[in-house]
Amino acid sequence: MSIKVSGVTKKFGDFVALDDISVDLPKGQLTALLGPSGGGKSTLLRIIAGLEDADSGTVTIEGNEATHLPPQKRNVGFVFQHYAAFKHMSVAKNVAFGLEIRKRPKAETEKRVAELLELVHLSQFSHRLPAQLSGGQRQRMALARALAVEPTVLLLDEPFGALDAKVRKELRDWLRRLHDEVHVTTVFVTHDQEEALEVADEIVVINDGRIEQVGTPDQLYDEPASEFVMSFLGPVTKLNGRLVRPHDIDVHTTPEDSLGKAGKIVRLLRVGFEVRLTVELEEADHPDVEVTVTRATQRHLNLEEGLRIWVSPTNGARTQSPIRAVN
Amino acid sequence: MASVGIATTPGTPHQRRTRSRRSLTPGSGLALGISVVWLSLLVLIPLTAVLLSAADLGLKGFWDVVTQPQTLAALRLTVLESIAVTLLNVVMGTMLAWVLVRDRFPGKRLLDLFIDVPFALPTIVAGLVLLTLYGPKSPLGMHANNTRWAVFLALAFVTLPFVVRTAQPVLESLERDVEEAAASLGAGRLTTFRRVILPSLVPAIAAGAALAFARAISEYGSLVLLSGNLPYRTEVASVRIYGFNQDGNRASASAIAAILLIVALLVIVALDILQRRLARRGD
Amino acid sequence: MATDTLNPASAEPTEPATSSRRRKPTGRTGYTREPAGVRWTLRVIAVAYVVMLVAWPTVLVFQRALEPGLGAAIDSLREPEVVHALYLTLYVTFFAVLINTVFGLTMSILLVRYDFPGKRILSTLLDIPLSISPVVVGLALVLVYNGRDGWFGQSLEKAGFQVIFASPGMIMATVFVALPLVIREVVPVLEEIGDDQEQAAQSLGANWGQTFRRITLPGIKWAVLYGVVLSLARSIGEFGAVKIVSGNIAGQTMTASQQVEDAYQNFQQGTAYAVAALLALIAMACLVVVSLLRPKDEEQ
Repeated sequence: MSIKVSGVTKKFGDFVALDDISVDLPKGQLTALLGPSGGGKSTLLRIIAGLEDADSGTVTIEGNEATHLPPQKRNVGFVFQHYAAFKHMSVAKNVAFGLEIRKRPKAETEKRVAELLELVHLSQFSHRLPAQLSGGQRQRMALARALAVEPTVLLLDEPFGALDAKVRKELRDWLRRLHDEVHVTTVFVTHDQEEALEVADEIVVINDGRIEQVGTPDQLYDEPASEFVMSFLGPVTKLNGRLVRPHDIDVHTTPEDSLGKAGKIVRLLRVGFEVRLTVELEEADHPDVEVTVTRATQRHLNLEEGLRIWVSPTNGARTQSPIRAVN
Repeated sequence: MASVGIATTPGTPHQRRTRSRRSLTPGSGLALGISVVWLSLLVLIPLTAVLLSAADLGLKGFWDVVTQPQTLAALRLTVLESIAVTLLNVVMGTMLAWVLVRDRFPGKRLLDLFIDVPFALPTIVAGLVLLTLYGPKSPLGMHANNTRWAVFLALAFVTLPFVVRTAQPVLESLERDVEEAAASLGAGRLTTFRRVILPSLVPAIAAGAALAFARAISEYGSLVLLSGNLPYRTEVASVRIYGFNQDGNRASASAIAAILLIVALLVIVALDILQRRLARRGD
Repeated sequence: MATDTLNPASAEPTEPATSSRRRKPTGRTGYTREPAGVRWTLRVIAVAYVVMLVAWPTVLVFQRALEPGLGAAIDSLREPEVVHALYLTLYVTFFAVLINTVFGLTMSILLVRYDFPGKRILSTLLDIPLSISPVVVGLALVLVYNGRDGWFGQSLEKAGFQVIFASPGMIMATVFVALPLVIREVVPVLEEIGDDQEQAAQSLGANWGQTFRRITLPGIKWAVLYGVVLSLARSIGEFGAVKIVSGNIAGQTMTASQQVEDAYQNFQQGTAYAVAALLALIAMACLVVVSLLRPKDEEQ
């Protein structure tokens, strides 16, 4: 295990940010800490980096006890949501900072900086000031700066949170490929489930200062341990008293089997290749069901508002009983 | 890696809220005209009169006034004390701004309020205020009145807010993640301060220092009661101008006033350059 | 902005509401909070410096003023010369602040909302009064406006209008030293609020006056008030510039701050401290008003 967190608790006044958290983050992997804002995931990352002190519990990094080490001694690379660029220094100077602190020979520093700028595609901007770069470029500079000191672990706190959707997607793909190339143990914090599912080898879901579930993206999506995890990872709707994903519901225009429930399409919304239906069931007191079908299915079945249909969970669909309490 | 497609367009650093500026309408043109006439009558023509009155002395006459021993002593005292007070402000002002921004303790708001007192207090009252603690009836037994220390005290008093108030907003706007980034890269607190925080603060501190210097060099009111205005010892440039003017020697008064005026203009130009450099650095 | 709730695109990806009741308290924690030793050292030095330089002496002035008793202090404020000086100070301050407010508002709007040649120079010139010695200001005005050999003063005198050694000169000197205070407060706020609201008002049929009164002015009123209070404090206390242009004639052209000097030099310490304490009180009141106004633009 590269990072081992045991029994970590952190309070800010009355607010419990982390409540007795224990988690092992494997070496060489790309791990996402996923959860809603204020759930404690950033605090955990900052405790690993030494930027916050845990009230109790321990942190070890590559077998070294790090709980009381100052951030300078942990050899972690940290990338911040808002880049934390040194504004008065050129891009090259930013990247060289950690190496200069470590008093590496000048020639070695220059060589390493050139390599890293190559890696993050910023070679032609090395003499610019951060203010002259776009957000995505600044974040790549920050990444190069963090990687320059060859950190044991790379920690990223909502690294793409301040970027617009298109750049975020590009950078996300690029981070994945960068990790495959560099293989440094990487932990990143995000509140975007799509980002976590797409990029991470392993996801730790954190909510209300506690860990909800740890697993691969597939495990989390297919076998959510709680209602919270299921609803956080994607849209859910309620059918027959169980939670089910809207695209895991079959629609029939005739009563096919005994499980199907009759209802009426009260709203139909087309979003690109998807068609979202709101179905009012005939069964009394049953809440409206949200169903997602493809455009082809809608055409094929001639679905339209006011039509009477029958809905049932698709075979093999993952459902979750809402009665099961979170944790 | 080479295939990784990333937008490499240069950034558009902080586009401000777009504003459509209008050219002058007849109404606003008239308002501008009146304003400029008023500004000329009040500021520009009188200040030109000072420069012309000094120029009337001729180069030799000007030189004679300035190098007259009493005047020279006053100028030397003013410049040296102003430099010393400016340096004191650079250190203390930065420290005060630091404490106001980064520390929290009961009474901080009061501290904040007292820093503005020298701005608001009439200068003659400022002199009297200092006299009560450092004058003849000092409860501390410190009798600084009529000494060069009194001049230093008065200048330190009236210039107190400048560096604090210019450095404070910049310190506030510094994101703490920048310091955390420096720490995670291995920099200790002092190194972080010297290499990351201080460079961002320098333009603001310099601007505050320039304002403090300009104020110190032109100070008059707070010195009247405190320094005793002793020729060769505690007489500053402004007092010398006042003295010449009282003697009806307006030409000599104008000569020294012209020097102070030119220093003030240099400070304003320097500030303008600083501010533009600050703006260029972006957010 | 309230409209954000109508715009689903601006909302974060699905976030269950479970955490909304948990709110992290603000304040500096973690690494960027200095070690206690460093914090305490800096705090003690900072507080000691301000106490010794400003706070203690200021408090002492009030103490000195009240030493002979409140009644005696008030009596010395009732002396005819003092009453006249206070009246003259109020008179000069009133007109100076009025002129600077009107001029400052006009100038701010011109600088922010209009384009014209020479704007940069004009904006730089407006800062000059802040770094000029009051004595130079007084001398400059005397050179131009004195009735004996002043550039304009002679003709004005012949027309029966005395500037120097009279209240118009004192008002001019006071206006000069406080000139940029309103502008410096209003310009940044005008820039910040932009002019889209004004354009919206005009598109709805408002004329210039209505737009100014109903849109622009409410947006900048705190900045204007802040500038007015600062000008007020500066104007009441002006000493050097007014001293030169007023001629310092007791009972005629002597303002309150000059009265402090005059009384102190003539060993009337009670009067000097009473008037000084009154002026200090007004200055502190201005500061308190300003610091009460300030949080309004910080709490965003």
